[in-house]
Amino acid sequence: MKRRHLLTSGPYLVWMVLFIVVPMAMVVWFAFTDNVTGAFTLENIVRIGDYSNVFVRSIWLGALATVVCLVLGYPLAYLIAKIDPKYQNAIVLLIMLPMWMNFLLRTYAWMSLLEDNGLINNFLALLGLPRVHMINTSGAVVMGMVYNYLPYMVLPLYSVLVKIDGSVIEAAQDLGANRVQVFRRVIFPMSMPGIMSGITMVFVPSVSTFIISKMLGGGGNLLIGDLIEMEFLGNSYNPNLGSAISLVLMVLILISMGIMNQFRDEQEEDGGGVLF
Amino acid sequence: MKQTKKCRARRLGAALLALMLFVPVCASPVQAEETGKAAPDTGVVINVYNWGEYISNGVEGSMDVNAEFTRRTGIGVNYTTYDTNEAMYAKLASGGGDYDIIVPSDYMVSRMIEEDMLAELDFSNIPNFQYIDETFRNPAYDPENRYSVPYTWGLVGLFYNTDYVTKEEAQSWNVLWDEKYAGKILMFDNSRDSFGIAMKLLGYSFNSTDLNEWQEAADLLVQQAPLVQSYAMDQIFQKMESGEAWIAPYYSGDAAILIEENDNIAFSVPKEGTNYFVDALCIPKTSTHKAEAEAYINFLCDPEISYENCSYIGYSTPETAAKEMMDPSITESDVYYPSEETLANTEVYVNLGDDLNETIDGLWAEVKMGGPGQVGELIAILVLFLALYVGIVIHKRRRRKRESAR
Repeated sequence: MKRRHLLTSGPYLVWMVLFIVVPMAMVVWFAFTDNVTGAFTLENIVRIGDYSNVFVRSIWLGALATVVCLVLGYPLAYLIAKIDPKYQNAIVLLIMLPMWMNFLLRTYAWMSLLEDNGLINNFLALLGLPRVHMINTSGAVVMGMVYNYLPYMVLPLYSVLVKIDGSVIEAAQDLGANRVQVFRRVIFPMSMPGIMSGITMVFVPSVSTFIISKMLGGGGNLLIGDLIEMEFLGNSYNPNLGSAISLVLMVLILISMGIMNQFRDEQEEDGGGVLF
Repeated sequence: MKQTKKCRARRLGAALLALMLFVPVCASPVQAEETGKAAPDTGVVINVYNWGEYISNGVEGSMDVNAEFTRRTGIGVNYTTYDTNEAMYAKLASGGGDYDIIVPSDYMVSRMIEEDMLAELDFSNIPNFQYIDETFRNPAYDPENRYSVPYTWGLVGLFYNTDYVTKEEAQSWNVLWDEKYAGKILMFDNSRDSFGIAMKLLGYSFNSTDLNEWQEAADLLVQQAPLVQSYAMDQIFQKMESGEAWIAPYYSGDAAILIEENDNIAFSVPKEGTNYFVDALCIPKTSTHKAEAEAYINFLCDPEISYENCSYIGYSTPETAAKEMMDPSITESDVYYPSEETLANTEVYVNLGDDLNETIDGLWAEVKMGGPGQVGELIAILVLFLALYVGIVIHKRRRRKRESAR
């Protein structure tokens, strides 16, 4: 039995070691060694301090995008889960449709929408309204993140919400719960796993993106991803500092996932019987 | 960086030509006459690593230079491209590539020479080096001219929209600091070129080793930051064309595409002086087909090939013999072939060394971030995250205890 396990999981194990474990180990190794001599050093980690405002901005914008995605995505996922099942697949397909287009192209399109002479502003001018400066602001970056990552929020939420048994809700109603109570005490807690994976799936790429900030943020809204790119492909080519930044980013993401997991556990304790 | 260059000036004619032929261009009678029969296949394939869109490739009736090389010599070409010097360098430095020909820019050539990454060329295999103009020999980045052969060259200059910016204003880099144009200014999104402009404005050399001078340049760029619409590279084409931005420094070789798309865009070389850059053909030390690679360099130095290449990509040729074949409207233009006077006021980049490069990149990040960061802040974030985590765990444990006590 055990051997068969090994046989079936073998290919993935090899894959994982080669392409996940080894590169991770290299990142750690690079982060703690000197650029020139290769000796152990903490200098890279210390130097990250110089870029603290980039971290603050990335986390702030990433969190903002996540919240917006949740606020937009939850009602949408709930609505899709509630409509006639024969239309559900078509609508889910529509949600995923933009994802089939190239990521760069989508972001580029937003650039021409948001520009001072862009489509939106030209339309406003046509109506006689004043032009609004949108491009190259942090708002535009958040906009880009929300647009690109919204499906990652909607899909896990939908897949959790659609599985909620109608009889549970009926039971709550029978026991005298009003609509608000049904949502707050039954639906919302039961959709917690979807919320958590949605948040993770939006926050992690948002916080580490670089092309969105480059195209919509005008290069002035430097994010962690831009910084890492700069260290690897920039003038100074310092993979050690780049690795150190990636490492700190990974630690940050790890802690935030730990925080999310706490919420998940809570649900399992309280209503685990229903969920799993 | 230089991905989008294409000489559109000849587009119509080229399209017509392609229509008439509609066959591989090297089969056209004119060229067959010039080049004779194909050489037998040698079985050797060289790996050429060049900038994107940086060779005449047979579209729009241009010559397919690589195919022509294979036809003449029987040596195959495996052609791949990169976007920035740094990306190419990173690939070679990490041992990730096995290349026989690379085309680094000046400062990257000197850096790679310093780091012993380039093979010394055997110039007896490159007789066509004789066509390279005297001014391009023994350059500052390769003083004895042992490792590199110039491929193309150009200048950094100012592109401006004549509807809004006057010609007089565009004669100085100062216009990039003019508050009148706040929000309409584009700036290079790489540290070397951006700092270069600030350094010239302050009257310093691009290759200064004085940290104070770089600091001053950084201060100047910080002052400029609120006026800058965005730090961009390729996006400047779209932004200048649509009128979204009015002033942008960029490479002269891309003038064709910019001026072609919008009649109101003009090019100037500011009086403070500018960067004059050369992209040079080199052979990495790791090359296993050095002789064949030298044959390739020799082939590219053939004035006729240089002419074909440069008229397609839009950058300038270092060979007078090739220049003479070109249309006078191009060779007489100050954009492509600036006057001696303009050229006298230019400087090439040389490698600055790891420490200085790192300092400059650090300063550049500060410019874009709007100031230096604090270690305390980062530690505070990490502590905050951890505290939140621990707080939740403790809270839950307490609650569980309370619940079980109940």
